Amino acid sequence: MSQVVATTPGLYPLPDWAKEELSDLKGHQKDDLISGDEGADVTAAYERTRSEVIERQHEAGLDRIVEGQLRWDDMLAHPLAVADTVETRGIVRYYDNNNFYREPVVTGDLTATGDVAAELDAASEQVDDGLQAVLPGPYSLADLATDEHYGDDAAFLDAIADFLAAEAERFPDVETLFLLEPSLVENPPGDGEDERASEAIDAVADAVDADVVTHTYWGALEEKVYAHLMDADIDAIGFDLISNHDQNTYNVQEYGTKDDVALGLVDGQNTLVESPETIRERIDWFADQTDGDYETVYATSNTELFYLPVNKSEAKLDALANAADLEVAQ
Amino acid sequence: MTGPREQFRPENHDNDNFLMTTVVGSYPKPKWLHRARDLYEDDDEKFDDGNFQEAKDDAARLITEEHERTGMDVVVDGEMRRNEMVEYFAHRIDGYEFNGRVKVWGHNYFDKPSVVDEVEYDQEWLISEYEFTADVADSPVKVPITGPYTLASWSFNEVYDSEAELAYELAELVAEEINGLVDAGARYIQIDEPALATTPDDHAIVGECLERIVAGISASDASGGSSDLSDGVPDDVRLGLHVCYGDYSRIYPEILDYPVHEFDLELANDGFEQLDVFTDDEFTKDFAMGVVDAHVAEVESVEQIKENIKKGLEVVPPERLTVSPDCGLKLLPRDVAYGKMENMVQAAREIEAELDAGELDVEPAAASADD
Repeated sequence: MSQVVATTPGLYPLPDWAKEELSDLKGHQKDDLISGDEGADVTAAYERTRSEVIERQHEAGLDRIVEGQLRWDDMLAHPLAVADTVETRGIVRYYDNNNFYREPVVTGDLTATGDVAAELDAASEQVDDGLQAVLPGPYSLADLATDEHYGDDAAFLDAIADFLAAEAERFPDVETLFLLEPSLVENPPGDGEDERASEAIDAVADAVDADVVTHTYWGALEEKVYAHLMDADIDAIGFDLISNHDQNTYNVQEYGTKDDVALGLVDGQNTLVESPETIRERIDWFADQTDGDYETVYATSNTELFYLPVNKSEAKLDALANAADLEVAQ
Repeated sequence: MTGPREQFRPENHDNDNFLMTTVVGSYPKPKWLHRARDLYEDDDEKFDDGNFQEAKDDAARLITEEHERTGMDVVVDGEMRRNEMVEYFAHRIDGYEFNGRVKVWGHNYFDKPSVVDEVEYDQEWLISEYEFTADVADSPVKVPITGPYTLASWSFNEVYDSEAELAYELAELVAEEINGLVDAGARYIQIDEPALATTPDDHAIVGECLERIVAGISASDASGGSSDLSDGVPDDVRLGLHVCYGDYSRIYPEILDYPVHEFDLELANDGFEQLDVFTDDEFTKDFAMGVVDAHVAEVESVEQIKENIKKGLEVVPPERLTVSPDCGLKLLPRDVAYGKMENMVQAAREIEAELDAGELDVEPAAASADD
């Protein structure tokens, strides 16, 4: 029987009081967003939000606790938005959503900032075990950014992978690292690039002594991209069963998967709250379809959670944690 | 002709040519109206329904007249009564609930509603808004209404099997509201579908929504005849569609099949880079072109705007060109919004005079064989 581990891909909605307070402290314009050198008031407000979402995850009973990525104004582009040789320019659309981030333009050699490590250090004070780090996957981060320095796509992807690996090396002890790779689905790599994307993921995964999950969403990977991703030395691949369960299942039937698996079982972009029983049925369905005897099933939302209002996002944490407990009861 | 346009020409219009000038819809709210809303929403204050209604009426009167002072031909009340383009409608439709604000970007949020039950028409949305504005205005009034695809797409759908299905249900409600507006005398309806720019692959769904709206209008008592394009829509009712901030090459020329008279599009923001899209395939409808940028807080000069209008004349002849800003002006400082509209109208009038005098030599890039 698989061990079901309830977790999330992070990027939580800000608590409502913080939406107001941080908006007042920081302002509404693009120059007001996080650049990594915020003042004491803003830092203190974010510390309170972090503490609150960690506490809420404990209360729900999640098995992995994320820091919440509440400072990530630019969503998955955040690690670059706070880097030194990166300019943040116009507001651009975040995938096919009604959300926008500042386009990060890389203008010089990238060096790690320790920004994400510092967030995890702060979180680790409240989390005894089960701390989970979250980073954009290198392919997605390169896809979200613009290169004006490295010159070609392959060199840029390598540089982004090295940059993320250097960030990850600074992390405190974490149990799990989620690398979010929606671009592998949304803007699939072509011939050659698919192999490099997999190698780039490998490079980041090697930098941490933790279980690494490469999580994909908004559909399913093309077969060839999936086959290459299977070559990466990671512990699990994440599948979005909300947006496309058939193709994701097919990929696993056809090409197999790792010993562990992550399943996007609740919809991070819909307020309808799934019941623990429904979540459990989806896990069983997937295992049945793929003849899988997985050591660990990470039960998660398919996407980041910031698309949701706070009450519904919290209800989904409860549902995921309760679904994992259902299994124990059986 | 692509629709009933001549009725909007002012009686005292000086030029033979007529470039219709208008706004997209929203306009900066006076600061005191925001203050009035804060008071109204504060339970500790004694600012009641009646007080807030009075404030909104005053603001609608003020901004309608402010539009008229710029000299524009077709006016709006600046959407003074609407807080947001989806929220406003969702509050009036049965089946919606609100759970809290979600992020759009940075610290800009939106109270994205959830559809938790079948959507049904309940109270009127815009009819009293139109009647009030029409009563205040001497000029013709345009009514912007958020389209069913955007209402569906920018909501959480907990009920319907697909977003398209929800959009089609909402299209029936939009048709009902437009019928009411037409009954009340509205002759210029602009359907706003900014969500189409987010998901351009859904242009067929938007097309189907519009077909259903037109069918809904046809089926009603409001229809008094048949227009050349939209069977059953009264001949003197002009339907427009506004889409902004997207890659138009992904929806054009397909959108030309939509049963509307006019497309209102944003082009100034990226310096008319997308103009080629509309000259490569002949633009067969009326073209309402954004000639001033709604996101730059500097007033473009009359000369600059005239150059922009000339670009529109490369797409359609003057009798099919509407001159408007890129998008709603609500995020601009109010004096800047006013300055832009004043210069825009001035620029249009000067271009008309130059066309009358034969001083302008602008031909649409593509001319159809059967014209």
